[in-house]
Amino acid sequence: MSAPRHAPGTALVLVGTTKGGFILSSDESREHWTLDGPHFPGEAVYAVAYDERGGRTRTLMAAQSNHWGTTIRISDDHGATWSGHDRQAIRFPESSGLSLAQIWQITPGYADEPDVVWCGVEPAALFKSMDAGESWTPVEGLLHHEHRPRWMPGGGGLCLHTIVRDPANRDRMGIAISTAGFYRTDDGGATWQARNAGVRAVFLPNQYPEFGQCVHKVVSHTARPERLFLQNHWGLYRSDDWGDSWRDIANGVPSDFGFAMQMHPHDPDTVYIVPIQSDAFRVVAESKLRVYRTRNAGASWEPLTEGLPQQDAYENVLRDALTADTHSPAGIYFGTRGGKVFASASAGESWREIADALPSVCCVKSAVVGAGCA
Amino acid sequence: MTISVALPHALTPYASGSSTLSVDDKCSTVADALAAVAAQWPAVTDRILTEQGALRRHVNVFVGDESIRFMDGLATAVPHGATITVVPAVSGG
Repeated sequence: MSAPRHAPGTALVLVGTTKGGFILSSDESREHWTLDGPHFPGEAVYAVAYDERGGRTRTLMAAQSNHWGTTIRISDDHGATWSGHDRQAIRFPESSGLSLAQIWQITPGYADEPDVVWCGVEPAALFKSMDAGESWTPVEGLLHHEHRPRWMPGGGGLCLHTIVRDPANRDRMGIAISTAGFYRTDDGGATWQARNAGVRAVFLPNQYPEFGQCVHKVVSHTARPERLFLQNHWGLYRSDDWGDSWRDIANGVPSDFGFAMQMHPHDPDTVYIVPIQSDAFRVVAESKLRVYRTRNAGASWEPLTEGLPQQDAYENVLRDALTADTHSPAGIYFGTRGGKVFASASAGESWREIADALPSVCCVKSAVVGAGCA
Repeated sequence: MTISVALPHALTPYASGSSTLSVDDKCSTVADALAAVAAQWPAVTDRILTEQGALRRHVNVFVGDESIRFMDGLATAVPHGATITVVPAVSGG
């Protein structure tokens, strides 16, 4: 294992793009950033993660070659060298008839289970690794779900893009699939129930089906695991009962269409989103690049604009391209389809561009070295 | 004579740096030949075939000068001494 390259306290911003992965780093001030990359040039990186459990400093990137398929790559020295799999370790069983198209989400497990990692993929399935990402097996209860034949792919494919856990109940987990909706297990993945009551599907004749919603992102805070926030394909929602019911919280946003959603790392009432004009015109609402923040769990939202272009902005921010670090005040980061990365070292009060000409940004994750995963 | 499998540069790291692999002349089809490749260099065939054994969408395989997509696919016969060539399709964005 090579030595890590960054000192404790370093803020890392991992950026996946359509043409490779990048790693931005800064000291705690988060004023001056260094760009490292591209890693896996020419390959699309739709999922990244940083994992410090078990004494590791492990970066994971899912690199998709247009020709040769998708592989998770691993670095234990902040991208100086990459090891990992010559074999393509995430594989559907032959009996499923499915083939891996894309990896959409990599989520490390709990701190006291340092070798557990979860992965959401397309076609929609959840994989689990018990050896820190070296080998993977599908979660059978979801793979064989009775709803699967009726799940429909969204614009990005039939992808499982979101994994939500419950530290108060290890057997409980939520996942979101476009276009199938939000599902929850209460028995460690053996069975899964659709939990979409109150979430609208504007594109279906029955707008409140049991499943079939196009959920774009779900977030929660470890301090309030029963409370979920959901950015839908039209609609902003909150659940106070782990998805049993949802209610609209689009109070004062210019559009309730959007993709990205991020929890504040230290405040369970604070959530960030980026409103998008519409499904037909997927650019920021009113051509102003604004992050909206609620600090009262969705009762009201405020625009965060300082340092962001407020006219002629035609950017989009994808579902995993908005993130936070664990410093205080929290760093908030997002990347755009236009290849820009913006950072706030003040929990969103002001912003600055820290990368301006990257390939189209697919995902952004952040971490603080020595502090665990954001 | 053996059957040769010519790899593009992108796949040579998964074959110990070799750009041409030799497989048993008893392989009668492309599928047989790729199975023989997989026995020794499984990471190579991971990138040519999906886990369901289908040719990846943006990969082309030729027997001699002819694409197997216009022949019998992976069931295309491989003559003695033939060269199978793996080529990334002209695609991208």
